[in-house]
Amino acid sequence: MKKDVSNKESDSIISIQGLSKSFGKENQVLKNLNLNVNKGESMVLLGRSGSGKSVAIKCIVGLIKADSGSIKVFGKDLLAMNTQQLNEERLKIGFLFQSAALYDSMTVAENLGFPLRRHSPDLTEDEINTCIKAALESVGLIDAIQKMPSALSGGMRKRIAMARTLILKPEIMLYDEPTTGLDTITSREISELMVKIQEEYQSSSIIITHDLACAKRTGNQVAILQNGRIGFQGTYEEVSNSTLPWIQEFFIDKK
Amino acid sequence: MEEISKHTYVLQQLRELFLAMGKATLFNLRFFRELFLPPTEWREILRQCYLMGWKSLPLVSITGFIMGLVLTLQSRPTLVVFGAKSWLPGMVGTSLIREIAPVVTALICAGKISSGIGAELGSMKVTEQIDAMEVSAVNPFKYLVVTRIIATTLMVPLLVLFADLVGIFGGYAGISIKGDISLISYATKVLESLDFIDIIPATIKSCFFGYFIGMIGCYQGFNAANGTESVGKAANSAVVIASLSIFIIDMLAVQITDLML
Repeated sequence: MKKDVSNKESDSIISIQGLSKSFGKENQVLKNLNLNVNKGESMVLLGRSGSGKSVAIKCIVGLIKADSGSIKVFGKDLLAMNTQQLNEERLKIGFLFQSAALYDSMTVAENLGFPLRRHSPDLTEDEINTCIKAALESVGLIDAIQKMPSALSGGMRKRIAMARTLILKPEIMLYDEPTTGLDTITSREISELMVKIQEEYQSSSIIITHDLACAKRTGNQVAILQNGRIGFQGTYEEVSNSTLPWIQEFFIDKK
Repeated sequence: MEEISKHTYVLQQLRELFLAMGKATLFNLRFFRELFLPPTEWREILRQCYLMGWKSLPLVSITGFIMGLVLTLQSRPTLVVFGAKSWLPGMVGTSLIREIAPVVTALICAGKISSGIGAELGSMKVTEQIDAMEVSAVNPFKYLVVTRIIATTLMVPLLVLFADLVGIFGGYAGISIKGDISLISYATKVLESLDFIDIIPATIKSCFFGYFIGMIGCYQGFNAANGTESVGKAANSAVVIASLSIFIIDMLAVQITDLML
């Protein structure tokens, strides 16, 4: 039997209600999606490729405009905001891209300093450098401070991207396939780093992944997208022990 | 049946053309709106001016010198036939300043700068760097597009003026090969044949060249589709459209200057 997926909206940091998004007339990716993430909770979103996981989190930060529904972050509806208001809310949300999305033309230090210089104009250069070093230390890559992104490995790029996100001290973290393309050991290191960040910054997060080991390690809750909406939600154990055939397909190689 | 499908194809192409023109117009309007909104990215504007202006100087110098030299060597035999050899410095100066230096320099900038912007922004789009900027609450249009268009609009006229000077010097080198004229005498003859009316329209025209070189590169890069193939397409389209625009602007500028004088 399916678990009730419409958990309480009132305690939620992120509350998505009735979210729909289509690309063209026939390709409706999200159909009336409901999802709530509570304070300090780490929600893993599983689903098949093309099921709309990335679209859902891109709608949260306003990179993709939803067709209908509401996305409330700290009780404020992001879809009803203008760009300036949305930008204020974006500062509370960190987004880790699948490709890391480091600025190629800037060094690691410049990548980290870029958002800080714009949003904290009162900080002196010394204070900015201290923040950059602290963020790099938290991801264990202080030695890479003067390197260019092209000189970094895939795992290092992900860590630097995390540091760039953390430098603004976001209250919410959105991870788009953080371990894709990485070897097992590096994937585990990234997952552990995500847990460390969660504990250190007391942030709430949504993690999109196909990596079940990462899902198990990082998620308090696991939600599975099916046909554009949440088909099942529960703890990792509840989901993995589910007898529903379509859910078992996700765990078939793990058993 | 074939007639109908041809008809539909033409209509579809026309529709796409008008849609593209509409999108480009909105992009231009957005530029002017964002241009006057704070904050102004002075540091990035200066960086782009350095990259586009200073880094293009060697290329512009070499082409400018060759333009002047070749123009002199090619024109000299004809002028000698008509006994008008003494007109050579004036002719070289006027043709370089009015037409050849602005157009050739702009074409070089279209190849170097516009394609560079198209490829850079296209690659940033494909690798989600533009999205990363947006989610960190930085306006990517203002940071990437406005700064680059300002830089090209300022730098291309300066590069053209520099090409004028180097081209005139190249002309002197061309005359010196087969004749004996001092640099001072050559420069005097060039300056005597020139008027402000020669320099001002060419400089204004160069500003428009610069604006369109930046605008087209940014538009192609910023609107690149997903996938690495689109980066190459953005760079290629930027060069082709910018080069074509330069000739169209040049034609219009000549007509307008003619009407005004």
